[in-house]
Amino acid sequence: MAKIYSENSTKNLNDLKPKEETVKFLLNYSKALSVIDYNKMKFEALLN
Amino acid sequence: MQHEIITDATLVSNYIKGDESALEILIKRHKQKIYSFIYSKVYDRDVAEDIFQDTFIKVIRTLKRGAYNEEGKFLPWVMRISHNLVIDFFRKNSRMPKFDNNNEFSIFSVLSDTSLNAEKKIIKEQVENDVRRLVDELPQDQKEVLLMRIYNDMSFKEISDRTGVSINTALGRMRYALINLRKIIDKHNIVLTN
Repeated sequence: MAKIYSENSTKNLNDLKPKEETVKFLLNYSKALSVIDYNKMKFEALLN
Repeated sequence: MQHEIITDATLVSNYIKGDESALEILIKRHKQKIYSFIYSKVYDRDVAEDIFQDTFIKVIRTLKRGAYNEEGKFLPWVMRISHNLVIDFFRKNSRMPKFDNNNEFSIFSVLSDTSLNAEKKIIKEQVENDVRRLVDELPQDQKEVLLMRIYNDMSFKEISDRTGVSINTALGRMRYALINLRKIIDKHNIVLTN
């Protein structure tokens, strides 16, 4: 009988998630970032 | 459950209009798929985390700048960004070999595979044959000293004992042997490289 040795790692791969801090950082980054339109130019400003 | 009802396209347009919570739903909905995709390529949790973060920074900037125009294809677009960042990561790494700084001594940092491949082996053999033929052209006394020194790895003291000449004479013959070899090589434009 052939054994599927990769079974566990495949299962783990589907359980992978980024850290909660990373998601929080991204949400905060998004809130802090504002793009200012000026004369067809776009400026990014990070306001914390 | 309400999250599942709202489509990605609606969430994206809500987010562009300023609804920050839409982004949260989008990230939570797709984070596992995107993160496992990145991890399946890099096999390193920290690197995957970095690329995941960079991916969404790009997503956020593009959306906020109003440069996103692929409505209805949010996930494939994000996957494409992460895929490009994974490629960037490998490109950067191949230019700059990484040292694992995990405090473990890696034997491979001091050991490398020095064995030659088939082509280099053939070239090496050819070079050695050429050198032997050149050595054969040398005057007998010089050739004798050179063979004892280089091929038999004898000291000049041993050479002087064996040939019955002084150490200085043996040294001189060795010197002339090398000078003559270089002369022959230059004269005939012989290329000895490996």
